[in-house]
Amino acid sequence: MNPKKDLLGIEGLSSKEIINYLDTGEKFLEVLDRPIPIIPALRGKTILTLFFEPSTRTQISFSIAAKRLSADVVSFSTSTSSVKKGETLLDTAKNIEAMKVDGVVVRHSASGAPKILADNLNAFVINAGDGTHEHPTQALLDIMTMRQHFGYIKNLNVLIIGDILHSRVARSNIFGLKALGANVAVCAPPTLIPIDIDKLGVEVFYNLDEVIGDFDVVMALRIQLERQESGLFPSVREYRNLYGLTIERVKKMKPKSIVMHPGPTNRGLEIDPEVADGPKSVILKQVKNGVAMRMGILFIHAGGKIE
Amino acid sequence: MQGVRLNSILIKNGRIIDAKSRFDRIADILIEGNKIQKIERNLKVDAAKVIDATGMIISPGFIDLHCHLRDPGRPDEETIESGSKAAVAGGFTTICCMPNTEPVIDNEGIVNYIKKEAEKVNLCRVFPIGTITKKREGKEISEFGELVKAGVKGFSDDGNTVSDAKVLRYAMEYSKIFDIPIFEHPIDENLSKGGVMNESEVSTRLGLPGSPAIAEEIIVARDLMLSKFTGAKLHLCHISTRGSVELIRKAKKEGIDVTCETCPHYFFFNDTVLETYNTNYKVNPPIRTEIDRRAIIEGLRDGTIDCISTDHAPHTQAEKELELVSAPFGMTGLETALSMIIMQLINIEKFSWLEVIDKLTLKPAQVLKERLGVIKEGAIADIVIINPNIKWILNPENIKSKSKNTPFLNKELIGRAEYVLVNGEIKYQTGV
Repeated sequence: MNPKKDLLGIEGLSSKEIINYLDTGEKFLEVLDRPIPIIPALRGKTILTLFFEPSTRTQISFSIAAKRLSADVVSFSTSTSSVKKGETLLDTAKNIEAMKVDGVVVRHSASGAPKILADNLNAFVINAGDGTHEHPTQALLDIMTMRQHFGYIKNLNVLIIGDILHSRVARSNIFGLKALGANVAVCAPPTLIPIDIDKLGVEVFYNLDEVIGDFDVVMALRIQLERQESGLFPSVREYRNLYGLTIERVKKMKPKSIVMHPGPTNRGLEIDPEVADGPKSVILKQVKNGVAMRMGILFIHAGGKIE
Repeated sequence: MQGVRLNSILIKNGRIIDAKSRFDRIADILIEGNKIQKIERNLKVDAAKVIDATGMIISPGFIDLHCHLRDPGRPDEETIESGSKAAVAGGFTTICCMPNTEPVIDNEGIVNYIKKEAEKVNLCRVFPIGTITKKREGKEISEFGELVKAGVKGFSDDGNTVSDAKVLRYAMEYSKIFDIPIFEHPIDENLSKGGVMNESEVSTRLGLPGSPAIAEEIIVARDLMLSKFTGAKLHLCHISTRGSVELIRKAKKEGIDVTCETCPHYFFFNDTVLETYNTNYKVNPPIRTEIDRRAIIEGLRDGTIDCISTDHAPHTQAEKELELVSAPFGMTGLETALSMIIMQLINIEKFSWLEVIDKLTLKPAQVLKERLGVIKEGAIADIVIINPNIKWILNPENIKSKSKNTPFLNKELIGRAEYVLVNGEIKYQTGV
């Protein structure tokens, strides 16, 4: 399969393309369990991780993935966006181009920023999260984790709880899961649900207790405290009471169902520690799968070879 | 046969269209001095200059009720000179410049500065709009008397709505002394806060903060009620939603003294263009859904929408090169409006030329209460000669505006102004 140059989002990918990512990611899981977990697939390739927004986990996950494939990794992160330094993204792109890197992994607080880079770079661009738009690598590792657990995605019932309005993880998961034929629903206060989301084929619920028992996968999203400050819900306490994954609620879940979270978790807020660490949680599996999936993604886009 | 008339221009064989008289016929026009002397078929006159307008459309010069010239304050974006050049290149002979300059147009001194600059530039008529409130702060009404005396043709806090309904009520009541319209920018600031595009399925998919249609409609409804209550003349700027069109249609039936305008980008594009993340599509109000776009076209067709303005909003490349969330609102419009109108309204929607010329000339002249926007014997010779079929590329080097923030850069457009006359003088000629 001839991949597109960039991975900017899940929207618009065919089921075939998504499955190719899942299959490739799964192949690399085995490498991670080897005594010396390194293969020379991307030897001589240079990958730049460019993080304009702080994210230790995702950046580390990408760095490890690239190193496991023997690529050279250069990491750059800044908590202040380049705009503040008076450098536009276009200018950044031109500078990267001049330095001749093969691929760029970018995280940016502005939706669409990776597209600006991709449109102006010969190097491939992997979106590691842009604003409230997409986080395609997270969705792919999430879907890989679901497929690992259930063996199928079609007709799987997935519930995403929390700040859908500002969540790039939710968007990418919705696009990917719908493309593969899963049933996706969201549950949140109406103020945290973006307009017309039902047009994406998503069911919308406001009352978690009524529906939590109907799903195979329950995914909680991180709730940002500044959302409360901007008046979208009355208090953190009330949020936990209505939408938190508490032990009592998780007890109502289906027998074989799982709990997911893209991390980092606000333990005791959107998810109780006992749930995050409990038997239904696959949160650490998601983290491990993240490295394998990102190896697969880099491998596909860098045109790697297995010797 | 008379001798050569000095200072005369003969435009031959053009299709002359005048909205007021509903004249639509091929004829010759003789211009002497600043006036239209004669309109007749096969005029036998030896004029100093003869323009062959065969196949061309001859319209009164366009009147733009809404543009931003950024002068004083932002000469890097636009000046009265560059903005005037852009205006005449687009067929506009009269433009109204909005007062959100630095400093704002809230006193006689700034009005005089603009008038003097425009005189110096000597291309098109430039009518300043004064602020509704001092410093455009939305708190106390400006000195309307001084501003009207200095020459402003309307009042607007454009860029912001007058949030405080009481302040707007006073402004409307007070404006009745001068019988000059209030140009309201109808967008609720709280509802639209943070929005970079229309709030819709598209903004949901793109993960971009949305500004909802109701942010506009709530203020349109409020302003219509205030106009009814005060009896003041209200002109609603850049109408973009179906709900606004419906509210205004109803208000007009009730007899409320309201006029309104829309801009070419609201009937040319729908919000899926934001999928490109091209900041040149970031405008305020935002480009709306296809349903809204259709309603704007219907509003133009049934006369609910009176005028087409440009909301020409120049910004530098550096400003627009930022990400969508950081880039400023606005696209340029003076040099592309005519093509957008031809491509969408004439060629696709099959509007008559009379209908669109009405919205570009007579209707805005009526809002301003100026005796402009007509072609008849004795009228002031503000004229645009249009080639309606020519295909051309909007080359960055040929753009007259100082700013190039248009989504049409390097793209093909249809139709353009070939000659523009203001006060009987040729102020623009394509390629010259």
